Amino acid sequence: MSNSTSVLNISDEGGVKKITFTQKSIIDEVVIHQIGKDIVAAIDGATQPKVLISFSGVDHLSSAALGVLITCHNRVRVKNGQLYLSDISKTIFEIFKITKLNKMFQIADTSESAMKNFK
Amino acid sequence: MQLRSEPYIQDKTLTDLRVDLQKVQDGVALALIQNGYTDFAQFAIRLCLEESIVNAFRHGNRSEPGKVVQFHCKIDGESAGFEIQDEGVGFDPEGVPDPTAEENLEIPSGRGLMLMRAYMSEVVHVAPGNTLRMVYKNGPDPTDT
Repeated sequence: MSNSTSVLNISDEGGVKKITFTQKSIIDEVVIHQIGKDIVAAIDGATQPKVLISFSGVDHLSSAALGVLITCHNRVRVKNGQLYLSDISKTIFEIFKITKLNKMFQIADTSESAMKNFK
Repeated sequence: MQLRSEPYIQDKTLTDLRVDLQKVQDGVALALIQNGYTDFAQFAIRLCLEESIVNAFRHGNRSEPGKVVQFHCKIDGESAGFEIQDEGVGFDPEGVPDPTAEENLEIPSGRGLMLMRAYMSEVVHVAPGNTLRMVYKNGPDPTDT
């Protein structure tokens, strides 16, 4: 089952909501706001959400996008769910390292390896 | 590509965040390529311009209609310098909480300034804090080890 918005693709793979982005840059405030709304809706629609956010094809990210990811992390945690990030390019991973968010998020190299980690 | 010999200089009054930011980014991106900046530098500078100009409109000018942001840049083969000035009252950059502190890690905001400080060679807020000066010194990709 798949659900696409203008900025995201959300598919259900064995109970895991897999989210991919349709844009290379997650930097525009309007786009980030929409991404936040769409992901939070996906999380809120599940009892114990299992969410995988893949950054495949994404080459730019701003601090506002990090804020949305943190909001998602907090929402998933409140519902005792699981959130993985995957397919993060070397350049974008540097942003996670600088902000130390690589310690807060569970990050897998690929979406395939992330899928194996869901319990 | 032949490297540019004259510095690229842009002075612009920004009135619309999205429209003018995109114009600024387009001009700067071309100048960086023409002056031989690495992909890492282009990424870093684009990110820092986004963060700083959004901050100027949103936090400095509090998104008030009619308030503008003054933008100046000078880019040559040695460095890329930027000055962004908003019409706000300024702020104390030292008073911004450390977003990497354990107790702040889950707070969704407050990372723009930190990213600028991490990526740029110099970041200075001129008192009272409504003018930001940033410099990126051209050089090899620091993540290539």
